Order: sequence, then structure tokens, then C-alpha cells
Amino acid sequence: MSKKNISQHSASNEGKQISKIDRRWIFLFILLGVSIPLLIPFGFEIEVTPNVKMVYDLVNSAHPGDRILLSFDYDPASKPEIQPAAEAMIQHAIDKDLKIVAIALWPMGVSLMNEIYEKKSDNLNYGVNFINLGYTAGGMVAIQSMGRNFIDVFPRDANGDDVRNFDIMRDVRNFNDFSFVASFSSGTPGMREWIMVAGDSYGLPVTGSTTAVSTPGFLPYINEQRQLIGLIGGLKAAAEYEKLVGIPGTATAGMDAQSIAHLIIIIFIIIGNVAWYLNKHKSKKEA
Amino acid sequence: MTDFWTVLGIWIGALATLSIWSFLYKDNPFYKFAEQIFVGVSAAYWFIFTIYNVLIPNLFDKLITDFNSNWLLLIPGLLGIMMLMKIFPKYDWLGKYPIALMIGTTAGLSLVRFLETDVINQIIATMINPLNSGSAVVAFGQVILIVGTISGLVYFYFSKKHEGFTGGVAKTGIIFLMVSFGAAFGFTAMARISLLIGRLQFLLGDWLGLLR
Amino acid sequence: MKYKLPLLIAFCAGILMILSEFIPRRPFSQLSGTLESWFLIIAGFAIVLGQLSLLKLNIMKVFSKSENWQYHLAAIISFAVMFLFGILFGMQRQAGLLGHGEMLSNLIGSKPFDYIFINLYQHLMAAMFSLLAFFIASAAYRAFIARSLESTLLLSVSVLVMLGNTSIGAAMTNSLPAYLHLPNISAFIMDFPNTAGQRAIIIGAGLGVIGSSLRLILGIERSWLGGK
Repeated sequence: MSKKNISQHSASNEGKQISKIDRRWIFLFILLGVSIPLLIPFGFEIEVTPNVKMVYDLVNSAHPGDRILLSFDYDPASKPEIQPAAEAMIQHAIDKDLKIVAIALWPMGVSLMNEIYEKKSDNLNYGVNFINLGYTAGGMVAIQSMGRNFIDVFPRDANGDDVRNFDIMRDVRNFNDFSFVASFSSGTPGMREWIMVAGDSYGLPVTGSTTAVSTPGFLPYINEQRQLIGLIGGLKAAAEYEKLVGIPGTATAGMDAQSIAHLIIIIFIIIGNVAWYLNKHKSKKEA
Repeated sequence: MTDFWTVLGIWIGALATLSIWSFLYKDNPFYKFAEQIFVGVSAAYWFIFTIYNVLIPNLFDKLITDFNSNWLLLIPGLLGIMMLMKIFPKYDWLGKYPIALMIGTTAGLSLVRFLETDVINQIIATMINPLNSGSAVVAFGQVILIVGTISGLVYFYFSKKHEGFTGGVAKTGIIFLMVSFGAAFGFTAMARISLLIGRLQFLLGDWLGLLR
Repeated sequence: MKYKLPLLIAFCAGILMILSEFIPRRPFSQLSGTLESWFLIIAGFAIVLGQLSLLKLNIMKVFSKSENWQYHLAAIISFAVMFLFGILFGMQRQAGLLGHGEMLSNLIGSKPFDYIFINLYQHLMAAMFSLLAFFIASAAYRAFIARSLESTLLLSVSVLVMLGNTSIGAAMTNSLPAYLHLPNISAFIMDFPNTAGQRAIIIGAGLGVIGSSLRLILGIERSWLGGK
């Protein structure tokens, strides 16, 4: 057996040894690891990170009566991660007496936005401090078009009524009429398009929330150029925002489960490495 | 009566979730059935949603209510119908014209936007002076940022063979890319667990009523 | 004609969009504005086309009795049911061909289209993606092996980030000095080495997009035309 063959043989042998554990055991551990802390919470402390604080400060710096643009660019697949951040920010905007103009670059974002609206409807006066303009196709091109003439893209609200009939939309022309835009984004079109067009081209401050998957890719935009102002990246960050707003929600409730699940994954990584190391020695001896 | 439909809705959601999760044990008819229902409902949702929320307000409404000011919209309307012709293999060439318009518009806009946001502004953001940062840790981090960005870019530069000095820099670049991929994996695990938390909050809370 | 005219359209549209960026005045701004509003409408038709193609594919599978055709029949039936409810009674606050279907809406609490979306579709989608939580744990166990310097680095960073981004990571290292506090270590990794790597990727990919956009506008890249 040649040297190359031996190494291939030992590698596949190691692979077999590692995969000896039926992966369904791992599935079971993950299921239990997430379920048990949900049923019996431990109450670990949540530390607020600078990026989340930056988002909070931006919303906080808006004056009562200022108009803000919230873009719901996600669907039910990432609802558990992003919805808590959106809810917390809307609550913050209500507390600050800001006017919320809600739109969606993803069709299903509209329904998810409606869910939050129904929850908070006691504090939201439709057409006065909140409006749902619904969905627009076109992604980056649509944002570009909003920058030129906002009403052209959204002539009617999600219920089909002329937007000019509502107080909140009466003097809206373009992005100059908003304090900032927050994109709740789980892909394309989403936060990146908002940064490119609304932020870098029209100078509108951009902030928001993304899934944890895309968080590392957005961190380079938080820089001295202020391309992105803070970021609520994933469920942990949403829990931090809930803490800042002072209303613990589903994100806070999920934090213990998140911790235990991560620990389980790390333990399995360690087991996998130890098994690999032991098998490597065994295979070497046999060879 | 609405209560009955609310409870039924929760049960439908729970059974749908369990059908999908049954795949974790092994592939089975429940999973396949749920998967195809998902495909069908999803397609119909997008279809109906687009008609009500894009085509009616942006095209049909405008043409019906004020044709004289909006007659030019007949052109995108016609291009849209040409796009739909792609469904018939005999006429699919008609779809090339609207696609050309979309590709040209997107390419033109992307060229300018990516140049400004992802190239120029990112390069400017890397032109920092570590000596001006307030603390030693930040200064050290900024040196890492500058070295990592440049060496990472050298790794992506394939017009010159990666040997000698270039090879050394490219190797440094790989280290930074590995750190990025490791961080990305950590965050991906976090995201996936969050989705499971969301599902279990529904099953244990809304369905079984076990969560406070 | 079938090839040259689309290439010319793509060229003109692309050049117009670029010109309007550098000369944001009439006629360029007006023309690009018109082009953008047309784009939104055509994009709507493109979405409809996508769904029709999917339906056509499923119908063909059922008619050709391909493997598992019964399941594709389920897809067609669920499409038809959702489509009919949407067309007849509308969605959310928009009326369908038969109005809002008040009787049905009052009975079930929302329009049938919305009821299916909330109680079936949302859950199916969320469940589908939650499967990934199980698979990522299994993948980490099998693939995250410290075989080389690079893989060790990848593994250690992901473990540090996973721990640093949870409350338990903070709780475990609360009594240690600040530079050993896991959330601080994780934040340093994310803000500097990770940002450096990601920035290299962003700039590289940005240059790639610029290159391919130019190729599309100038007609060098023609694969989208199909055929030859």
C-alpha cells in the first residue's frame, strides 16, 4: 500500500469512527438542551454590546414627532430571530412618540408587520403615528425610486387607500423626510441595499436588525464612514435591545436555551476531536 | 366559534411542525407530504400577493383610474406579458426583451452602488491611523484590521502566482479568512438554534401551554 | 433581431442608470425614474412567472407519473386551494372577486387565505428552517476536527464566538480580568480580525460585481440570452 493510500485509508477509518454515533442522539440532545431551559429558565444575566447600544442611541436621539422608516425584509423562516427586535424597536418608537412608516421589501414581511401592529394597536393611531404601506418589488431599484419620489413607489397603503389622505404621509417627498431607516433583514433585498442606496447615495442613516448568519458580513459597514449605525444581530442582540427598552420578550426568554444549546454543540465538537485524535493514534499503530 | 378555529389553527401548525421534524428520524411520507404542501401554498401565496400588492396598485389601478396620464405604463405591461410568454417554449424568446431591461437596469445600478459602498467606502474605512486610537487594544486591533484586509485581498488576487513575498502575504490572508469563517460558523449555529427556540416556544407554549 | 435587440436594450438601460448617477438632472433623472417604475412592474410579472413555472413543473410530473407523483399532486391541490381563496375573497384588507367573504371571515376569524398563511404556511416554513439547528450540531461534531493550523483556528474562533455570544459565556468569565472575559474576546474577534476578513471578501466581491455588470452592459456576457 502506497503512502498516499495509507493516509487515505486512515482518514476514512477515522471518519467512520467519528460517525459511529448515530446522529439522532445529537438531535435528541439538542432538542432537550433547548426545551428544558425554556421550561425551567435559569435567568442568566444579559450584557448589552456596543452595536446594540448604538441602535438604541440612534432611536433615542430622534425627537418626538419625527418620522422613521421601518422596512420589514424577512419572512416566517427568520421570524423567531428578527421579530423580537422589530417589536422592541416599535415599542421604543412608541415610547419616544415617533411616527412609524412601515414598508416591506419581502412580501411576507407585511403579514409579520401586521402581527406586531395588532399587538401594539392600543398605542398606535393608524394614519397618525403609524402607517403600513405594504410591499414593493424591485429591491435596490425600488429604494432608488423611493429616494427620488417616495409616493410614486407607494401611492396606496396596504389597505388600498390613497396615502395622501393620511396625516403621517401628507408632506413626505423623499428620504429627507425621515430621521433614519431601520431594515429588519434576513437576506436580499434587505439591509445591504438600504446601505448602498438610502445610506451611501441619499445620506439617510441606516440601522436595523439581521439574522445572526449575516451579522459577521455586516460588521465592516459599522465604521467611521457611518455606513451602518449599529446592528441588532440575531436573537441575543434582540434580547439586549429588549433589556434596553425594559420589556423582556421572546428573545430574552430564549437566551438560556441558546446558551445550553451552544454548550452542547461545543461538547460534541470536543468529543469529535478526542475521538479523531484517539483513532489517529490507533490507525498509525495498525499501519 | 372563532375559538374553535383558533385552536384548530394551533393544532394545524403543531402537526405541520411535527411532520417536518419527522424527517430527523428518517425520510417518510408525512415529511414528503408536508414538504409539497409547503411548495404549493408558497407558490400560491407569492402569486396572489404579487397581483394584489404589486400589479394592481402599480399598473392596473393607474391605467383604469387615470389612463391619459399613465398610458406609458402600457409598455411595462406589455413587457410583463412578454415575460409570461416564457412559460410556452415556442414563444419564450419574447421574454428576452423584458429580461434585457431588468438586467441592464440592475447592472447599471449595481455597478455604481457596489463601487461606492463596497469598494470606495470600505477602502476609506480601512485608511485609519492606529496611533490616533484611544487605547492600546484598539490600536492593536486596527493594525490587525489593516493587515488582515490587505492580505485577504492579496489572497483573492489570482493574476500573480502566490509564491515568494506574495505567497507569504496570501498565507496571512488565509488566516484572517479562516477567522472570519470560524466566526461565521459560530453565528450560523446561533441563528439556527434561535429558529429552533422559536419553534419550541410555539409547541411548548401555544400548543401545549407549558410555558409561562 | 432575437439577440441584438435585447443586447441593445440592456446596454441602453445600463448606460442610462450610470449616467443618471453622475448627471442627476433632466432628462437623465426623469428617464431613469421612468425606467425604475417600469422595473417594479416587470419584476411583479417575473414573480408571477416563477410561480407559474413551478406549477407547470409539478403538473408535468403528475401527468408523466414520475417517481413520487402523488406528493406533487398534493402541491398542485394546495396551490389551487390557496389560489382560489385568494382570488375569490382577497387577502388582508383587499377584496377578491366575491368581495371580502364576510360570512366565512367572521366564522374563522380571518380571511381563508390569511388563515392558511398564519396557521399552516408560517409553521411549515419555520419548521423547515428549524431543522437546520439539528443538522448544524451534527455537522459541527463530524467536520470540526483540528487537522491543521487553519482548521484549528476556524474551530477555536467558532467556539469562542459561540460562548462569547451567550449569557453563559459571560457568567463563566465574570470573575476574570476584562481581557479574559469571553464577551470581550468575542467582540475583539468580531470587530477586528473578522471585520478584516469580511472586508477583504466585500471588496473582492464588489470588484467582481462591477466586472460582471460591465460585461452585461457591454454585451460580453450573453449567457442570459440562452441558446448559443
